[in-house]
Amino acid sequence: MSLFSGLDALLLARAQFAFTISFHIVFPAFSIGLASFLAVLEALWLKTGRELYLNLFRYWTKIFAVAFAMGVVSGIVMSYQFGTNWSVFSDKAGPVIGPLMAYEVLSAFFLEAGFLGVMLFGLNKVGPRLHFLATLMVALGTFFSAFWILSVNSWMQTPQGHSVNAAGQFVPEDWWAIVFNPSFPYRLVHMLLAAYLTTALVVGAVGAWHLLRENGNKGARKMFGMALGMLAVVAPLQILAGDAHGLNTLEHQPAKVMAMEGHFRSHPDGAPLILFGLPDPAAGEVRHAIEIPKLSSLILKHDPNAPLAGLETVPRENWPPVPVVFWSFRVMVGLGMLMLGLGLFGLVARWRGTLYTSKALHRFALAMGPAGFVAVLAGWVTTEVGRQPFTVYGLLRTADSASPLAAPAVAASLLAFVLVYFAVFGAGVLYILKLMGHAPHRGEPDLEIGLPIRTAGVTPAPAIDPARMQPAE
Amino acid sequence: MTAMGYALDLPTVWALVIAFAVFAYVVMDGFDLGIGILFPSLKPGEERDAAMNSVAPVWDGNETWLVLGGGGLFAAFPLAYAIVMPALYAPIVAMLLGLVFRGVAFEFRWRDPGHRPFWDIAFCAGSLVATFAQGVALGALLQGIPVAGRAYGGGWFDWLTPFSLLSGLGLTTGYALLGATWLVMKTEGSAQAHARRMAKHLGRATVAAIALVSAATPFLDGAYAARWFAFPNVLLTAQVPLLVTIGSVLFFSSLAAGAERRPFLLALALFGLSFVGLGISIFPDVVPGAMTIWQAAAPPASQLFMLVGAAVLIPVILAYTAYAYWVFRGKVGAEGYH
Ligand code: HDD
Ligand code: HEM
Ligand code: HEM
Repeated sequence: MSLFSGLDALLLARAQFAFTISFHIVFPAFSIGLASFLAVLEALWLKTGRELYLNLFRYWTKIFAVAFAMGVVSGIVMSYQFGTNWSVFSDKAGPVIGPLMAYEVLSAFFLEAGFLGVMLFGLNKVGPRLHFLATLMVALGTFFSAFWILSVNSWMQTPQGHSVNAAGQFVPEDWWAIVFNPSFPYRLVHMLLAAYLTTALVVGAVGAWHLLRENGNKGARKMFGMALGMLAVVAPLQILAGDAHGLNTLEHQPAKVMAMEGHFRSHPDGAPLILFGLPDPAAGEVRHAIEIPKLSSLILKHDPNAPLAGLETVPRENWPPVPVVFWSFRVMVGLGMLMLGLGLFGLVARWRGTLYTSKALHRFALAMGPAGFVAVLAGWVTTEVGRQPFTVYGLLRTADSASPLAAPAVAASLLAFVLVYFAVFGAGVLYILKLMGHAPHRGEPDLEIGLPIRTAGVTPAPAIDPARMQPAE
Repeated sequence: MTAMGYALDLPTVWALVIAFAVFAYVVMDGFDLGIGILFPSLKPGEERDAAMNSVAPVWDGNETWLVLGGGGLFAAFPLAYAIVMPALYAPIVAMLLGLVFRGVAFEFRWRDPGHRPFWDIAFCAGSLVATFAQGVALGALLQGIPVAGRAYGGGWFDWLTPFSLLSGLGLTTGYALLGATWLVMKTEGSAQAHARRMAKHLGRATVAAIALVSAATPFLDGAYAARWFAFPNVLLTAQVPLLVTIGSVLFFSSLAAGAERRPFLLALALFGLSFVGLGISIFPDVVPGAMTIWQAAAPPASQLFMLVGAAVLIPVILAYTAYAYWVFRGKVGAEGYH
């Protein structure tokens, strides 16, 4: 383990958590949005009877199946990480967050998993209506999942509704206050919009890629049009939601906002917005800062001359790592602005009738394909690193949360996770790209072909092959 | 707690709920992990595809019971979760990594025919590692975990003993048995004949493993022997080995008689009895030998809050899970749902 000598178990445990959760979140961010997109496609197919929608539904279902499988296995790892690597945290925070996570399992994971099989393989067995219900249940499951886990995370950011018992455990006093803690509504809205944006960007990029190669492809046109419409609506909403989220954070976790803004010093009469610069925590200043005077006060306090406190008012041992937070925040916001730009470009092109022909627009959309994932990760890094040095903000330090494990044990498992995740999820991402590389076409094959199930003694219900029932496009 | 007019002992209720989740997991994921273990002995092509297809629509739901078992422990007995997980660090991590490989193999093997043999190996190795690690974890739990204050007090290789390895082997043969009998039920022709032969051998191995583990358990900890052999408990506990014997006899005769469903159900019954035996050994401890369910319990406010949800949602879950199994009932062919 010479590679890791010099690193302590705590740092390794943090690295392992950050690594595994970062892989996990990438898949849900995509599947939350995609599940809803699939439900919309199926609804449109049921309503209009147009085969085009069914084809798109089948096209994206195959991609969904691969992404979902990766989300599930990386999620199962997460549910055990709390115990293996953060046992003291589990002991202390378990009475509060454990039940919320149990609700997630009961209301979300079972719902997704229970109906996933029917959604993926069951169209010919249960008929279109029940099948649509299964798709809706899967989509609803992804929403419940986000709801509960974000409630957990938000409670760790803005804890309330609990007391502390003699053993040092957090004990629930008021469940309503715990679940709907102050940062939860903001985080839920912001994350769900992020998932929709991420999916819209991916769908848009796939559409753009096929339009660039085969401009007349109907499926590509339809998905591109839908994705850019979605983007034009959601990107501005996300910026508003992010702004509101920031104001909420300023109220409850001011040190995090100081780190995001790079405000080491207090500004009694209007703080500048630092666009770029190199934060230097040791010196307590941002070097080479490019700043706009008073803008930060205007954004955060809606008054250019409002005073804003800086990190100098916070004891140093409570500072989050400023450079990481500063930069990850800028990556997220920058990408958010680019998404807005793409959404507006799409609106203009639609208005001028060039939505399906503008190569510049298609190239822009293609380049923005991965932007949602990057923004999601950057946003989470801002949130989580900005919460440091606490796991339960202000109450339980990260250093006091970890399991009593030997560094080599954690190092070995970290190494194993890194190797396995890159190999397995790398292959999965390649398969997804391969699926996306095929243009959507008529008679898109389903995950099911043929009807191999023979029920003992029962004549199978007449096969419902919707492709045959609908007039061809 | 007298919430419902009579004394409701929340920790006992939660111990039962978690036991139910773990047993549901063993029943459902047991056979699909077993199919993974048996995979190399199936012929590439039709046999393998049929075996895979028989579990593809349900494996995710099956695995969710594991999440409920772990998550339930975290929520209802956080202190036990905090002690047991670091103690079982290596087997748990191995299990998780095994589950990663086998979980993705369901999709990946269809997406990449060129590398199908590779994903078939990943499916088998992942299932094998996950199963063996679960058995080792169970054995390590049974043999006792040193506790210091509110934390695990041992070293990170304490889990590794002959007993835990034996229990790992036992669980592996047991899951393989479930897998084989599942295939007897779900396939036809040569695949079924093959599964039937394997079920016979695996049945013998599993019964032997049950006998060995049961014989060794009372010697691990004085309390286990007392729970099994003290009067009047023994009148009740003695029924367990008796029933296991009857169950085994019925199992082998149903297999020989060519029954299709009964072998699977009887194999499940053997698992059920072993599970009851396990319960007799450790109850009311949650960290065997160190901590009872009452000592590790989360405050009543936590357990009650969850119980409301569990009481409403678990029946609903069972209903739609049954529905999903029903949709995909019957024999499965090779072309499958893919
Ligand atoms: C597509 C993804 C995406 C985009 C475009 C944005 N965000 Fe974001 N942001 C997230 C995805 C995200 C996230 C991944 O969903 C986070 C992490 C945790 C959370 O609740 O949301 C987040 C966190 C997060 C936080 C931290 C809150 C806290 O920890 O207390 C703030 C202040 C903002 N965002 C603000 C913004 C602003 C002003 C944006 C304007 C462009 C913006 N975000 C765009
Ligand atoms: C899903 C998106 C998430 C991402 C990308 C993410 C990212 C991170 C990162 C980068 C760290 C390391 C911070 C540091 O040590 O400096 C971290 C720590 C942590 N996060 Fe998150 N997180 C996410 C969600 C969650 C959720 C939902 C929870 C709780 C339910 C959570 C709980 C924790 C805990 C317990 C730690 C370990 C202690 C620590 O180092 O802070 N995270 N996360
Ligand atoms: C530390 C925090 C987390 C834990 C312990 C966790 C746990 C899990 C588990 C066990 C699964 C598999 C469920 C199954 O068997 O079907 C899963 C899947 C999922 N998780 Fe997470 N998760 C975490 C963070 C998050 C976050 C932050 C989100 C979104 C906001 C999220 C959303 C989902 C969704 C939508 C799924 C369904 C599968 C998929 O979409 O790929 N999770 N998670």
